[in-house]
Amino acid sequence: MADETPFLRLTGISKRFGGVKALDGIDWDVKRGEIHCLVGENGCGKSTLIKAVVGVHAPSSGTIEIDGADVPVLDPARAKALGIQVIFQDLSLFPNLSVAENIAIENHLEHALKPVRKERLRGVARDVLRRLNFDLDLSTIVSDLSVAERQIVAIARGLAAQARLIFMDEPTASLTRAEVNRLLAIVSRLKADGIAVVFVSHRLDEVVEIAERVTVMRDGRKVGTWPVAEVDQKRIAHLMTGLDIDHSIVARDMGDAPELLHVEKLSRRGEFADIDFTLHQGEVLGIIGLLGSGRTELALTLFGMHRADAGAITLDGKPLRLSSNRDAVEAGIAYVSEDRLGLGVILPQSIGDNIILAVMKQLAGRFGLIATKSRQKLADDWVKRLSIKVAGTDRPVQTLSGGNQQRVVLAKWLATRPKVLILDSPTVGVDIKNKQGIYEVVAELARQGVGVILISDEVSEVFATCDRVLHMRSGRIIGAEVPGQVSEHEMEERIYA
Amino acid sequence: MPDDRSAFSLKALRRRPEMWLLAVILVVGTVFALAARDFLSLPNIIDLLETYSVQSIMAMGLFVVLVSGGIDISFAATASVAQYCAALIATQLGLPAPLVIVAGLLIGTALGCVNAALIHKMRITSIIATIAMMSISFSLLMYFSSGKSIYTLPDWWTDRIVFYQTETAVGDLVRITLPIVTMMVVALFTWAWMTRSSIGRQLYAMGGNPEAARRIGIGIGKLHFVAYGYLGFMAALAGLVQAHRVGESVPNAMYNTELAVLSAAVLGGASLTGGIGTVPGVLLGIVLLAMLQNGLNLLGVSSYFFQIVIGITILISTSITVLSSRRGRRHRIIAEAPGNG
Repeated sequence: MADETPFLRLTGISKRFGGVKALDGIDWDVKRGEIHCLVGENGCGKSTLIKAVVGVHAPSSGTIEIDGADVPVLDPARAKALGIQVIFQDLSLFPNLSVAENIAIENHLEHALKPVRKERLRGVARDVLRRLNFDLDLSTIVSDLSVAERQIVAIARGLAAQARLIFMDEPTASLTRAEVNRLLAIVSRLKADGIAVVFVSHRLDEVVEIAERVTVMRDGRKVGTWPVAEVDQKRIAHLMTGLDIDHSIVARDMGDAPELLHVEKLSRRGEFADIDFTLHQGEVLGIIGLLGSGRTELALTLFGMHRADAGAITLDGKPLRLSSNRDAVEAGIAYVSEDRLGLGVILPQSIGDNIILAVMKQLAGRFGLIATKSRQKLADDWVKRLSIKVAGTDRPVQTLSGGNQQRVVLAKWLATRPKVLILDSPTVGVDIKNKQGIYEVVAELARQGVGVILISDEVSEVFATCDRVLHMRSGRIIGAEVPGQVSEHEMEERIYA
Repeated sequence: MPDDRSAFSLKALRRRPEMWLLAVILVVGTVFALAARDFLSLPNIIDLLETYSVQSIMAMGLFVVLVSGGIDISFAATASVAQYCAALIATQLGLPAPLVIVAGLLIGTALGCVNAALIHKMRITSIIATIAMMSISFSLLMYFSSGKSIYTLPDWWTDRIVFYQTETAVGDLVRITLPIVTMMVVALFTWAWMTRSSIGRQLYAMGGNPEAARRIGIGIGKLHFVAYGYLGFMAALAGLVQAHRVGESVPNAMYNTELAVLSAAVLGGASLTGGIGTVPGVLLGIVLLAMLQNGLNLLGVSSYFFQIVIGITILISTSITVLSSRRGRRHRIIAEAPGNG
């Protein structure tokens, strides 16, 4: 190549927050028009690194060169002017504005008093979308778009702002396979235009598929950068965690175990229809489906939060009528939500208080008061059983790491001694090490006879933990598979098809 | 308006609360027109316009704050303070008209900027900050004025200014006066400013997603001052116009109008969570409230009953909005099914 200077070069970048070293001597470069993947577990420093490059956090030491020139002071405006754009995981779009206005939003920043010319905005947006070879109605309000379309809008906005390097943070987290393919096609188009793309992703299969080079980070350090041909998924996982994760299949045939929960023709208008399945005692049943497949809506109905329009639920042979989640808890159904931070725990309250939240009635003595001693005992007990790493059960939950917060939520529901435990995407945002811990808890519960429904969109997760897997799409169950009888790859093909 | 929606489809119509509102206004208007003969007469309509011009001017300011994602409860107090101070300047110091007007508007704008500073610099939630400011500025006003009205406003302030007048067939006088013209100018300016200027669009963007606005480099702090300052300015203007209409400055004359104005804006589709709302919508909201109050008045219904009707109208209209958006969400999962079932 004629020009070998990388677009971006970092030398010895370190960043301290108080006493913690978030980044430790990072040397890294991104070439022009390169597709580069940045991988690492949660908290490894990926996002801090991005923030250093886009000027949100000034590094404590080290140098940043862009286009071969040293950039001593980098702030967000300067980074943008140099052509660095970030597409955050939340996309940072304006849901109340039109597609055209979102794409050309930077036009509004040029001069505060300049009149807005709609035709100019639309022109900018149209040009950029044409470059991406993508067709979208320019006057649609962004909140009416699908997640995949919003992503295109976010990319288009970066292009409209003359990007030369685009960071994409977890861009595929909620896309179907077809949508991912379309995104990858767009990324290769960007590459053809000489625009570099850095993917930050946790789905390792994609990393291998699209990138030219992969950089792995761990504990604030760069482990290394490799051409993608030289590493495979297993190697990357190993480099990220330093562990060898065993993905052996655990599926058992639970058909002979007593029936625990039976669901027949369960429907809720607009959300899901004709759901039939049986859960046996001690069984781990996976429900896999993408975001928006109706999986969470089904879970909420089984937990009594929503009412079904039709169909029957039988628990332990007795028909179950749920008019609220309190009925469900009393019947022995527990639910751990997808959004553990928003719905599962009360962050500022203590670990102990969170654990006893769902069993206060049982703990309460005379006058409805709860004895400190029994509360303490229960909380300590669960902290020990789930090996939650805490300084004390009176500390607020927000002082815990993500994986430990997840365990507190689990403890809260396990304290109700459930017969059925519904786990909705329990490992979202949990890193590989802690995921393993949660899977162990699930397996232990199943051994104790609890029926577990595990909702997930990660094939590798259900493949390695479930006895049976139901496949949900568009509000219906469209298939059932047993891990081992089909391969992980086959299952993936079916899910993302 | 957030954009130019060319598609004149039923779906687009359903999403726009203004259309619901227009339908309700037509229904209510027809009912009142049948029940009370005077209701649809030209003098009554013009009279209504003038009566509600003060609230409409405030509503235009409040609309901008709502779009930016904030809320302000203090503007009626601001209007009273600005009006009373201007009245004092005019009567005690005897300054000429332009100076009095400028001083009044500056006081209003400054009070608005105090709100912005509290909200942006001190990070106080807008509703708390403005409730506190309302208490403080209104109580200070009552304390220093001892609740005494100023009746001796100069003639330039209280003289009617008529831009156009005509006589109806039955001999009623119909006059387009200064308050009506002021309201129209303010509405037109606010509409153009919010839809056609960069600042206006930045305000919509900030209301829609403040974090994203910050990330692309929109000056959030500056916009807070613009929005609350604009409302302060409009409140002061409304205060001056109100004194012009009634010919005196009564410290607590505008007390309690903030909720009526807020109700009108919400009825008109301005979202309390920010980013959504239009000038025509807010004006329609005021029209509906004005019609209800006036119509019930003509029918001889107690004014307490009017308050009940306002409350019920707001509950119903916001419920309809919430319900229809919820239904929309629910239908999506199965509607996207690629031909199964």
